[in-house]
This record gives sequence, structure tokens and C-alpha cells, in this order.
Amino acid sequence: MSVTEKDVRYVAGLARLQLSEKEVKTLAGDMNDILGYMDQLNELDTTNVEPLEHVIEMDSRLRKDEAKAPISHEDALKNAPDADSDYFRVPKVIE
Amino acid sequence: MSTIAHERFEAVIGLEVHAQLLTNSKAFAPVASIYGEAPNTQVTPLCLGHPGTLPVVNENLVRYIIKMGLATNCGIAPKSIFARKNYFYPDLPKGYQISQFETPICHDGYVDIELEGYNKRIGLTRIHMEEDAGKSIHDQDPYNTLVDLNRAGTPLIEIVSEPDLRTPQEAYAYLSKIKQIVQYLEVCDGNMEEGSLRCDANVSVRPRGQEKLGTRTELKNMNSFRNVEKAIEYEIYRQIELIESGGEVVQQTRLWDSNKMQTRIMRSKEEAHDYRYFPEPDLPPIIVTDEMLEEIRSELPELADVRQKRFVADYGMSEVDAVTITEDRYLADYFESVVDYSGNAKASLNVVLSEVLRILNEKSISIQEFSITPQRLSELIKLKEEDKINSSAMQTIFNKMLEDEGSPEDLAKSMNLIQVSDSGFLEELVDDIIANNPDEVERFKAGKKQLMGFFVGQAMKASKGKANPKMVTQMVTKKLEA
Repeated sequence: MSVTEKDVRYVAGLARLQLSEKEVKTLAGDMNDILGYMDQLNELDTTNVEPLEHVIEMDSRLRKDEAKAPISHEDALKNAPDADSDYFRVPKVIE
Repeated sequence: MSTIAHERFEAVIGLEVHAQLLTNSKAFAPVASIYGEAPNTQVTPLCLGHPGTLPVVNENLVRYIIKMGLATNCGIAPKSIFARKNYFYPDLPKGYQISQFETPICHDGYVDIELEGYNKRIGLTRIHMEEDAGKSIHDQDPYNTLVDLNRAGTPLIEIVSEPDLRTPQEAYAYLSKIKQIVQYLEVCDGNMEEGSLRCDANVSVRPRGQEKLGTRTELKNMNSFRNVEKAIEYEIYRQIELIESGGEVVQQTRLWDSNKMQTRIMRSKEEAHDYRYFPEPDLPPIIVTDEMLEEIRSELPELADVRQKRFVADYGMSEVDAVTITEDRYLADYFESVVDYSGNAKASLNVVLSEVLRILNEKSISIQEFSITPQRLSELIKLKEEDKINSSAMQTIFNKMLEDEGSPEDLAKSMNLIQVSDSGFLEELVDDIIANNPDEVERFKAGKKQLMGFFVGQAMKASKGKANPKMVTQMVTKKLEA
């Protein structure tokens, strides 16, 4: 499988990244190298190996269903690039 | 929908139902999310997607979904993991929703639905856990979208059915069943209008006899049970017309417009999201032990189906009445409480079905909002059973009790409705009526027995509704037939 420049642009679009032509070329090469390494890993027989989703061996740690105090409304909006007195404000979204 | 179309085509429908859980705190953050609070006041740095914050799973998210899984005959996965569903939208500040993808915690269940004339088993593909997004407001500010993150991180379960449904009526019955189960389990309030229960539908049609499925569309934006039924009906009709006129159904997402009563395109398959799911690295797997499973199983309440059967067996009511009274868990609880106090199931059933339900319908309120407690209602039932009041007085007192906190007996006394069973008084009354109505007496003696109603009516009138009709009947019979 080889990654084309079109694939790179598609993935960059999904991640909302703006790439220069040069970066697209470099990244296509990098991605192909990564997938090549994956292919190499695929040579191993993993038929009886459980998939590993987490590197730390830990079971569910559940929290009691209790509500604590929220942060203040002012603090909630403090770091927002734009807000009015109630809401976060973002450029108009049209679906 | 035309019947001709129905003969040639059948619809295939699957529903995805989201239920907001009635937990005290959010799915992954220890903060409440109460409906209707001021915007952006029910948040933590985690809800806002700030860097460095980490989610911790609410135990009731896991317990509630297992309850739902057990109540719908699902298998419960001993190990399941969370996944990230990636997309950009302002009301999702992290840039991903924590959900489950390949390993839902509940899988392969079913519910049985009842329709007019037949029953049907509907398969459940899966039930998984996820978090809700915040709320975007597009119409308050001409240049901006406003975002409220109070709802961000609220725990949801998504219940996905197999494509086993064939008609809009089946979809309606299935959705009602899901609502009833979440309410019985008390994991969700089941309110579609307020959005705590939401439903999307996948709809396709195919010529009868064909096994291969037609191209499906996904319907969204249906905010009531009736709208779900209407939207599916419209969509089936639209697809059949399209095919019959030589066109082709295109895979797309469509929005239901309840004012225009039609669906319109929202996005096509080409614009469909590519969510790039991957295992959520911040949350360890959810392990369900046998011990935990048994503990939750022992906490399950009696569900509607079982309760219906018990009501028929224990209280001798008809199946129709049992279905009506168990439809809403809290109505059934109310009824049983009235029976406990009054000791009379039949009389309790009559009052709840006729009087209580009448008021709930008239006022469009739920039984939780109903003002007469089971204890007070049972006192009213006792007055009637002890012959202290008659049926019409019972209804009058019931109506008074809606806004008056007095005991039924005090109300009966103050409204002068205590039935007179004093035989001396009644005898005098009956003698007067006989003396004053010689014509009726003659006709009664000649065989016109329907006139008993007239005599009782006269007695009621003379006593201002307080005469014991049973005793009056006995006296008239004795005096005129002797």
C-alpha cells in the first residue's frame, strides 16, 4: 500500500491542517515509511495474541457517581478567544 | 401510503436510540448537568477540553448500561474498551467524542413488541456507552454561533436495533417499549420532547420477496414518538415513489421537518464523516466481573411484562387493563400503593382507570404530578365500600380532593354527602314517595319494573343525593310487591 499526495491532503483536511506542497511530499514519504514498517510487523504470526489497546496493565477504575462544584462561569469563559457574557462565541457554523 | 405500494414493496427499518442517563454527575467528570441551568455553569476543565485533564469513568454509567443490557436480553462483554470518534465541531471541544466502537459492552439482545393482532421479537445489535456534546445556538447572533457546554460529557447509551422493523407502527411500538424499559429501570426519564430520549432511523425499501436490502437513508431530527412514525412513513413513501418512477434511492442523511411533514437532505454519502475511531488511550478497559453482573441482576426491578402477568393473576384484572395500568411504571406503583392501603384491588382499579387517568389526560400531567396521594384515595374508596357514600358522591368528593387537602370523610360531611342508611328516615321518605305517586305505583304493580329507577331517583332528590340507593330499592320492593 502506498500513500499518495492526495491521501495526505485528505488526512490533513480531516485534521484541519494546512500543509505546503513541500510538506505534502515529505509527509507522503514519511507515511509510506511508517506503513512499510507496519508491513514488516505484519509478517509476525499474531493469531493467538490478544490485541493490546493499552500499554499499562490496568482494569477499570470507576468513580462514585457524585457531583462536585463546577468551576465558576467566569473561569469557564476566561481562556476563550471570544465569548459574550453567557456563551463561547465561534464563527457561524452552517451545516 | 397507498396500499398498492404496500403490496409490491416492503420497508426495512432499524432504529438508533440515544438515552440520556439519570446519573448525578457526567460520564467522565464529577460535575452535574441539570437541564435548563444558565449556560456554561455546569462545567469542569475536562468538559471544556483543556489540556492536561483526564477522564475517569462514572460507575453508574457502567451499572446503568448493564441494567439496560440485562433487561433487553443482551450478552454483557466481560471486557470492553472506549474509543475516540474524531470530528471537529465547536460544541465538541476535545475534537473527539468518547464512545465505544468495536467492543460495545452489551450485544445481541432483543425486545418483544405487541401490535394489533400480532407480537414480534426485535433484535438489538448492540448498546454502547458514550458522552453527549454541548449545544450550539445558530439563531441568536447574526454573525456567530454560540456554544453552551453544560451538556458536554453527559452520559448517553446508544441502543441499536437490528433491521427487523417493517412498518412505521412497528417502529413506534419498539420505541415505546424502549422508553418503557428505561423508565422501569429508572436509568433515563424517556422524555423525547426534552431530548433525553432521541431516535434516528435507517430506512430502505425492497420489492417483496427480494432478500437483498435496498439503499438506505438515515432520518434525523424527530423529536416525538409521533414524528418518528410520520417521518418513517413519509420516507418509505418517498423511496417507493422514486423507484416506481424509474429513479434510484441515494444513500444520504435526511432531516425531518415536522412543520412541512417531509424529510429533506442533510448530507450525502460523499460528505459522510470519516471518524477515524481508535482506542481511547486515557481510559482503561471496562472489566465486568461475574460478581458485579450478579449484583446488578439482583437489583433489577420487576419489568412491565412480568408485572402485567402478575396483575392479571393477583388482582384478577383483564389483560387489557393490566397493559394500561403497567404502561407507565409510576402509574402501576401508584395503583399498587392504593391497593395496599384500601385492601380492595377491584375498586382501586376502577377509580384509577376512570377517575385518575381522566384527570391525567385532561390536565396532561404525569402520575408523579397528581395531587391525591394513594392513601387519601384509598380512604375515599373505603367510604364507598362501607356504603357511607354512593357513586355520584364519590365522583364529587374525588373532584373536590384535587384541590382540597381535607380527608375524604370530612369533605363528604362538609358537602353533606354522607349517605343516609337510617332505615327510619328512609322508610318515611319511601312512604311519602309512594303516597305522592299513585300512577307510578299502579304501573309498577302491573309489571312495569323499570319504574324502580324513578322511585330511587325521587328518593335521591328528596334526600339531596344522600339516600342509600340499595336500601331504597329494597324498601320499595318490599312495600310494593308484598
